[in-house]
Amino acid sequence: MSVKNYTLRELMACVAAKQLEDEKAVAVGTGLPLVATMLAQQTHAPNLLIIFEAGGIAPQLPTLPISVGDSRTIHKALCTTTLIDIMDTIRRGYVDYAFLGGAQIDKYGNLNSTMIGDNYEKPKVRFPGSGGANDFGSLAWETLIIMDRHGPRRFVEKVDFITTPGYLYGPGAREEEGLSENTGPSRVITDLCLFDFEPETKRMRLIACHPGITTEDVIKATGFEILIADEVGTTDPPTKEELRLLHEVIDPLGFVFKK
Amino acid sequence: MEMKILKEGSGEIFCKNTPAEVRKWTRENKSRALKDKRMRLKDAVKKFIKDGDYLAIGGFGHIRVPMATIYEIVRQKIKDLSVAGHTAVQDIDVLMAGGCVKNVDIAYVVGFELRGLSGVQRRLFENGQVKKTDYTNGAMSYRLRAGAQGIPFIPVKVMLGTDTMMHSPGKVVKCPFTGEKVLLLPSLNPDVCIIHAHRADMYGNVQIDGHIVKDDLQARASKRVIVTCEELVDTEVIRADPGKTVIPFYMVDAVTEHPWGSHPGNMPYKYYFDHEFTEDYLAAGRNKDPKVLKNWLDEWIYNINDFYEYLEKLGARRLYTLRDVEFLRPPVRGS
Repeated sequence: MSVKNYTLRELMACVAAKQLEDEKAVAVGTGLPLVATMLAQQTHAPNLLIIFEAGGIAPQLPTLPISVGDSRTIHKALCTTTLIDIMDTIRRGYVDYAFLGGAQIDKYGNLNSTMIGDNYEKPKVRFPGSGGANDFGSLAWETLIIMDRHGPRRFVEKVDFITTPGYLYGPGAREEEGLSENTGPSRVITDLCLFDFEPETKRMRLIACHPGITTEDVIKATGFEILIADEVGTTDPPTKEELRLLHEVIDPLGFVFKK
Repeated sequence: MEMKILKEGSGEIFCKNTPAEVRKWTRENKSRALKDKRMRLKDAVKKFIKDGDYLAIGGFGHIRVPMATIYEIVRQKIKDLSVAGHTAVQDIDVLMAGGCVKNVDIAYVVGFELRGLSGVQRRLFENGQVKKTDYTNGAMSYRLRAGAQGIPFIPVKVMLGTDTMMHSPGKVVKCPFTGEKVLLLPSLNPDVCIIHAHRADMYGNVQIDGHIVKDDLQARASKRVIVTCEELVDTEVIRADPGKTVIPFYMVDAVTEHPWGSHPGNMPYKYYFDHEFTEDYLAAGRNKDPKVLKNWLDEWIYNINDFYEYLEKLGARRLYTLRDVEFLRPPVRGS
């Protein structure tokens, strides 16, 4: 067996990029979702409609933005607008994917990016909060989620705080609470594997492992019981070209892929 | 028929202004005259920002943020502010480091996006020293839209079913027309709003290049508006392209020209982030020894008189290099 010439984090970014179809629309959050979106635009999805909550619409991303509102997010854009106009656009049904990350996730795809601990007034760790994540996850058709450092402290039975809605407490819960039908998380991409959500139970289901990772590895790294597809596939390793784009074009300063 | 509340959050409402009061106040206090509103930033902050005010900040946390005004607020040691944390990054961080903030409506705080978390904000939020209510970026914009529209609340389709909602003051009701569940949020009319723009004239007609974020709504919802701009232009420039005017003069109370006024933030089409400056600042805030942050504040805020001295300390070469980075060109400058 040859020595791997890529990291699992790089592989995760490449697998995540492939979840975005060309000529669809994505509202993208900061960090790894941004890396994957940019990689998709540079490879198979040149006509992916990318929108940013700060008001950038359809930019040609020249290099990785540090913020979802910086100059790079409006580089050669077709429109610049307001945050509320972006939220209206998603609510009106134009946006296929919300693309998000978080600190914790549960089996229904509920995301926590607010706090760790059980005391809201004095949390152990305070994270940023929703930003636009709850808006995106409430309003877009599908939510794609990237979680790195896949482990039992991040994949938990119950998140400390539901910042952004997944399927909440099970089938029908989103509709019951007032969110639109036929919405919710569709994929979770981690540094070990790829999940979808089983249609009946709305629970996270393993559909593919990264090369060298076994179903056992995923079960051990996950703090809740996962469903397992009848056939668990293997994801494609990154190509040389994808790795070159990640390091030379997208993140030359090593913000995400530390040097 | 009284509306039935199906579920409600426990979040405190920090801004007490109501649209009805603000409307009355506007009649008495806001001039509709075309008059010269230029003043020194020091005077504008002194005149229009009071201890305990509710402050809204333009831009997007570290993009087109009114940093010159933020530094001046810290320098004048204004206290007990409530702040709209509508993606709040370096703007709110410096205010919190300077001890100016008592309450925050949080949509996004603590994070510097790809640069990681802030030590200053983590400390103050984790020990409960600064009070908070959680919202989302969309929610804060919807609240401002209601404030701008002059209505006391607004129905929205976000936050439903989540802890974010349970820690907001939102209330879930059924729509009286369709029966679907919606979340009601209180409107927001800040006491004062600070904005950094690309250009303005002496009367306060303001133009912004690129994305507006929420500055249009904030100016419309707020009682007072303080504007700094990269360039003060003749009114003929405004009249030549009035469709670009995001904020008309009658909303604005003070105008100051402050080129580089968003440093170390990114001013689209002008200059990119001063990455090193922000990393140094973040390192000072993360340092366990509070003296390190105090020294930073002394050096860059307290021991200098104004934003001109700040720019002099940075120097022309450093500033102009940020223009090269903005335009994605290799810097070729100087000796």
